[in-house]
Amino acid sequence: MGGKMRFLLLFSRQGKLRLQKWFTPLTDREKKKVIRDMMMMVLARPPRTCNFLQWRDLKIVYKRYASLYFCTGLEDQDNELLTLEVLHRYVELLDKYFGNVCELDIIFNFEKAYFILDEFLMGGEILETSRMAVAGSLEEADTLQETMEEYMSRPAY
Amino acid sequence: MPAVSKGDGMRGLAVFISDIRNKSKEAEIKRINKELANIRSKFKGDKALDGYSKKKYVCKLLFIFLLGHDIDFGHMEAVNLLSSNKYTEKQIGYLFISVLVNSNSELIRLINNAIKNDLSSRNPTFMCLALHCIANVGSREMAEAFASEIPRILVADTMDSVKQSAALCLLRLYKTSPDLVLMGEWTSRVVHLLNDQHMFQGVVTAAISLITCLSQKNPDEFKTCVSLAVSRLSRIVSSASTDLQDYTYYFVPAPWLSCKLLRLLQCYPPPEDGAVKGRLVECLETILNKAQEPPKSKKVQHSNAKNAILFEAISLIIHYDEPNLLVRACNQLGQFLQHRETNLRYLALESMCTLASSEFSHEAVKTHIETVINALKTERDVSVRQRAADLLYAMCDRSNAKQIVAEMLSYLETADYSIREEMVLKVAILAEKYAVDYSWYVDTILNLIRIAGDYVSEEVWYRVIQIVINRDDVQGYAAKTVFEALQAPACHENMVKVGGYILGEFGNLIAGDPRSPLVQFNLLHSKFHLCSVPTRALLLSAYIKFINLFPETKVTIQEVLRCDSQIRNSDVELQQRAVEYLKLSSIASTDVLATVLEEMPPFPERESSILAKLKKKKGPGAVSVTELDDSKREGGELNGGGERAADTAAMAASNASTPSPSADLLGIRSSAPMGAAPAAAGSLLVDVFSEAGPAAPAAAVNNDGFLFVCKNNGVLFENQLLQIGIKSEYRQNLRMYLFYGNKTSVQFASFSTTVSCPGELTPQLNVQSKPVEPLVEGGAQIQQVLNIECLSDFSDAPLLNIKFYGGALQNLTLKLPVTINKFFQPTEMTSQDFFQRWKQLSLLGLGSALLDNVDPNPENYVCAGVIQTKGQQVGCLLRLEPNAQAQMYRLTLRCSKESVSKRLCELLSQQF
Repeated sequence: MGGKMRFLLLFSRQGKLRLQKWFTPLTDREKKKVIRDMMMMVLARPPRTCNFLQWRDLKIVYKRYASLYFCTGLEDQDNELLTLEVLHRYVELLDKYFGNVCELDIIFNFEKAYFILDEFLMGGEILETSRMAVAGSLEEADTLQETMEEYMSRPAY
Repeated sequence: MPAVSKGDGMRGLAVFISDIRNKSKEAEIKRINKELANIRSKFKGDKALDGYSKKKYVCKLLFIFLLGHDIDFGHMEAVNLLSSNKYTEKQIGYLFISVLVNSNSELIRLINNAIKNDLSSRNPTFMCLALHCIANVGSREMAEAFASEIPRILVADTMDSVKQSAALCLLRLYKTSPDLVLMGEWTSRVVHLLNDQHMFQGVVTAAISLITCLSQKNPDEFKTCVSLAVSRLSRIVSSASTDLQDYTYYFVPAPWLSCKLLRLLQCYPPPEDGAVKGRLVECLETILNKAQEPPKSKKVQHSNAKNAILFEAISLIIHYDEPNLLVRACNQLGQFLQHRETNLRYLALESMCTLASSEFSHEAVKTHIETVINALKTERDVSVRQRAADLLYAMCDRSNAKQIVAEMLSYLETADYSIREEMVLKVAILAEKYAVDYSWYVDTILNLIRIAGDYVSEEVWYRVIQIVINRDDVQGYAAKTVFEALQAPACHENMVKVGGYILGEFGNLIAGDPRSPLVQFNLLHSKFHLCSVPTRALLLSAYIKFINLFPETKVTIQEVLRCDSQIRNSDVELQQRAVEYLKLSSIASTDVLATVLEEMPPFPERESSILAKLKKKKGPGAVSVTELDDSKREGGELNGGGERAADTAAMAASNASTPSPSADLLGIRSSAPMGAAPAAAGSLLVDVFSEAGPAAPAAAVNNDGFLFVCKNNGVLFENQLLQIGIKSEYRQNLRMYLFYGNKTSVQFASFSTTVSCPGELTPQLNVQSKPVEPLVEGGAQIQQVLNIECLSDFSDAPLLNIKFYGGALQNLTLKLPVTINKFFQPTEMTSQDFFQRWKQLSLLGLGSALLDNVDPNPENYVCAGVIQTKGQQVGCLLRLEPNAQAQMYRLTLRCSKESVSKRLCELLSQQF
């Protein structure tokens, strides 16, 4: 019991990894293996099949949003349906932040995608379920930033 | 809302990313190398970089790393960013540190310092960043540094967001290093977080995750959370969909919190307090009722959230095993079985599997059999079909076994390759478990081999043989059926194996026209050339058995054995069998042949190795406890008694044709099969004992290690997580190789071993070992070599202590099988010498030399050896006088040191 997410991966239909978050320590080799297996399994699934798979001792929950697959591995006891909503909530937060989020936003602002995830999940457990609260703290973080002008006055390259 | 440009404007980064995009792999690498060189020169340059540039370059490095390239610098710059006062710089620094965890201790010290500063900064955003970093890295070092600080933050008067982060951060550390997180005085205050009426839902949600995990380990300490959880749950369940404002998700009030509360309650038995229990049952009923209400939204998010709570409630109902609620849950799941949402059908099948194992709902689950069979046949999605097969397996009992097995068999013909092996195991187990007449069982297994021969593992065909051997009422039928099956022009090799074995044992039961011995033999032999080496080896054993069963086949079979392709076969195993069997059939009298090749005695009772295999495939918990008990009970019926275990073992060894047939055939070395390394060919039947093999010694070794007295390798210890194999050899010193195998899919962290020589052993043994790697990957094995020097004779065993973190902290101590006889140096001597020394001294195997032609009585064994210790050499002579008729033996040892003879005597007497 006490299930939680072990990892979260975002990858494109073409098999390009866009985000990887690991909630338990794994070696680089193990990570590569997981990434490869997930892409192989998930990308091969025909449309309109169920969103759950069994992989080793993990439950895999995945969902496609436009060109991106969101894929996570759960320990045995975790709730699959609710995990689908964790993925959905993350998409909503990205959407709220970027405004109509697309794959390109995540490519060019990868660090933001990680920060947003951190506001929402910690150690594979959901940290804040309120969309307002998460968006609020992201907003606050942004106000802490220096202004664009301040940056532009510095060398860009 | 802000648009994309709202980034922090690292223009250089954006340019770099767009540069990399859509480049060929080669061009990408080229561009990256150029960038790495650029960054390196900036970092090394004379000009101090400003915070912005540092941030930009660190971020570029991170991007390159995430693309899958190695990064071996930049850590120091990232650490510098941690102490920046600018939020974005700090944030990038922490992100880099979290992703590229580094074990350099100097760096860790600096990182910990920065974290410490941020934790005490009283700036909530900085505190959260620091807490995130601790949770993301989650290493033992982090736990050591911060485990005592975080509970303080959790209960302090800080912002909710900080409390939430502190709760989950602590949870993360607790999972890595439970020994370092000491709740003690904080316990009541943490439980109290559930109580606070005005508390922000978010804090409660995070706190419950922590409490759930902690109460699994210390349920008593957190017992008070049960009633608090029930009242929280009750308030949510009865609230209107808008009461909880932003914590309402698509018209479902607080789904995350509800599920977590229901999960927490699953750590405890049903509440004893009647009022609390009543309130909880009311909640569960309300949740079940709501499932029948029309949805408040057509969005899938609404139904997912609602049903997530429902499934969590059903898990709790299953946990409580309460009849009324179980039946209601089962009916609800029954509706889902036909739902148009594939996800719900999948989950319903999955949950029903658990329901099937409760006596209260088993019958209710069974009523859905037609729907489930239909799912197996018509579902488009293989993972749903797999769940349907699982459920059929779980709902199977005597009343429906024939129907279910027949459906599974017919599904196997078209089943996806990925699930065939598991299906085969399941069919085999069900057929055995619910066999009323064994002819049905035999038919089923032979059908399995016919339909899915490639997926029939050794365990399955070993098992059918065990059962046929143990049940004389089915032997004739089995022989007849395999004979018929073998008639097919193309039959699977597994069929040949079963056929060869069974005809070799029971061919005589059906040996009338038209199945005369020679017809049987020719039928088997017609398959011989198409078979692999192990199967051929088995067939040769069947042939020698034929010679015994049917003397009239002797000439034909001897001819076959004698031909060059057998007796000079390039495969050693086949050649040896041919030579030995030919010789045996020519020299031995019919009486001897009849004894040596006697019918196999019944196999001892044991858990089906198929069940063990299925459990291994699916992981623990996949096969419920009730099933195990059942199979043991029923396995007992069909296996008969297990008194002749040792005999059986010896016979099995004889069939496996070990290098010294005379000794093994007579069953003197009854421990032979235990030690026999299962090589592919020789192990055909020895492997049947694989269940008894590793399990039994592991248990015994933990007590006294006697099993390793005469063996130099084997399995020292095995549980769900870890297997320890051992191999030792003596050369001046004793060299012991320990193999630690991680049986799980997850990594073991902080793996360490220590060998100690307690008490008076310290001056007697000198043990040297190299430390092992602290990380053992899932499925991997690591080796450790011990060098053990014997300083003087000893009787205790050194202790091996193993500590590692695999899911929880594991700590075990084993006795190493180091016994005095491991230091034997064999000595050759003549009869005269032997008895001369015998007279001088006041007592085989175990390292000393076995001497032939020394003792005037050839039945007796005598051995001689010198135990090499650093201080002195102790000469030892041994004499073993068996008396076969009385089934007794006399063992005499004479050594030049009394304590040695005493210890050897203890060790040896345990061996018989």
